[in-house]
Amino acid sequence: MVDEKQIWKALEEVMDPEIPTISMVDLGIITHVQVNQADNTATVTLIPTFSGCPALRVMEDMVREKVLSIGIKEVKVSTNFDTAWTTDRITEKGRKALLQHGLAPPPEHTGGLIELSVLSDVACPYCQSKNTRLTTPFGPTLCRSMHYCDNCLQAFEQFKPVG
Amino acid sequence: MNEKYTRAVKELLYKMADDLLILGHRNSEWTGIGPMLEEDISFSSMAQDKIGQSLALYQLLNNLGEAEPDTVAFTRNQQQFHNCQLVEYPIGEYDFSLMRHFLFDNAELLRYDLMMDSSYEPLAKLARKFKGELKYHKFHGDTFVMQLGKGTAESKRRMQDSLNFCWNLALGIFEESPYESTLVDEGIWKGEAYLKLRWLEAVEPILAEAGLTIPDSSTWKPVYGGRTGKHTENLQPLLEEMTEVFRVDPGAEW
Repeated sequence: MVDEKQIWKALEEVMDPEIPTISMVDLGIITHVQVNQADNTATVTLIPTFSGCPALRVMEDMVREKVLSIGIKEVKVSTNFDTAWTTDRITEKGRKALLQHGLAPPPEHTGGLIELSVLSDVACPYCQSKNTRLTTPFGPTLCRSMHYCDNCLQAFEQFKPVG
Repeated sequence: MNEKYTRAVKELLYKMADDLLILGHRNSEWTGIGPMLEEDISFSSMAQDKIGQSLALYQLLNNLGEAEPDTVAFTRNQQQFHNCQLVEYPIGEYDFSLMRHFLFDNAELLRYDLMMDSSYEPLAKLARKFKGELKYHKFHGDTFVMQLGKGTAESKRRMQDSLNFCWNLALGIFEESPYESTLVDEGIWKGEAYLKLRWLEAVEPILAEAGLTIPDSSTWKPVYGGRTGKHTENLQPLLEEMTEVFRVDPGAEW
């Protein structure tokens, strides 16, 4: 019998389609897993990182496929807004995974406004220097901002703080 | 939910969703032609946020018994759209698009901030989510208005001209609904009049610091009508373009 713990474990292997080093669990977008052992079915709930995230349907499909592959007969995967996703939901392991992908992890952001000071205080993911500056708050995907390191003269991206 | 409450919520959701869909579409028209790459990406990203947010609001309407989001977005005629007229104007030159975005998104961030404790819980949940995204829109608008207001003589003149052109249209954002008292009494949110005051408090100091002058209040004439389906000649061509692919085969499976 597959239990909830096994599903959580399996979902740690389902990676974000745009950042393949971080799992959906470490990204903090899976909010609920429930198994009905009587008929071997499950429900999984996701929350979107951004309202306009185009990867959402793909992520739902990836989760469905994974849960079915470990022996669940039927799984209902749905997305809702019951919990607002923030970057503070990313786990410590997830932050390391972002760095591994060359993305500066987001600073803690507990609800104030986004200001230049929030977005400028970033260490370069390549040389760790803080001699960096924001070039634009919008990047190649909604979750990234773009920066430049004046120490190693590299452009880099940050997984930007949201909350 | 009684009938009066539902009617008031639906009217509110329609106008907010329509603002987002139409301005989202307008912002997307900068894709590929922004004055510099970063601005091209910024307007495209804000377009993506706004269209995503409009989908979430149309979904709430669908849960309240209205048609599917695609049907609502792609098959209504212009009299059935409740967006304010500000958002339907063509993108024009960059200074206009920037000023519109600054004025609109300052109102938008405050709007959803006020809705975070709405008595209509599904809206409160969306508001908590949208707010995190809208902070970036405000940050972007404020930063560029400040930079260009303090920039060259030409950039300052352009920003001032755009502010003059946008001002009465922006006041039209706050056109009141026929259900305003229900919205306020039922705790759905504090209403357009309150939002307008908060918005003035927010934009006045930024414009002042940018060296730009708000038109004299004796000349203020809010452009109303959008909320009841009265639009300029600019909306219909936008709807035709936006729905062109959909209309080729409305039943297509994607």
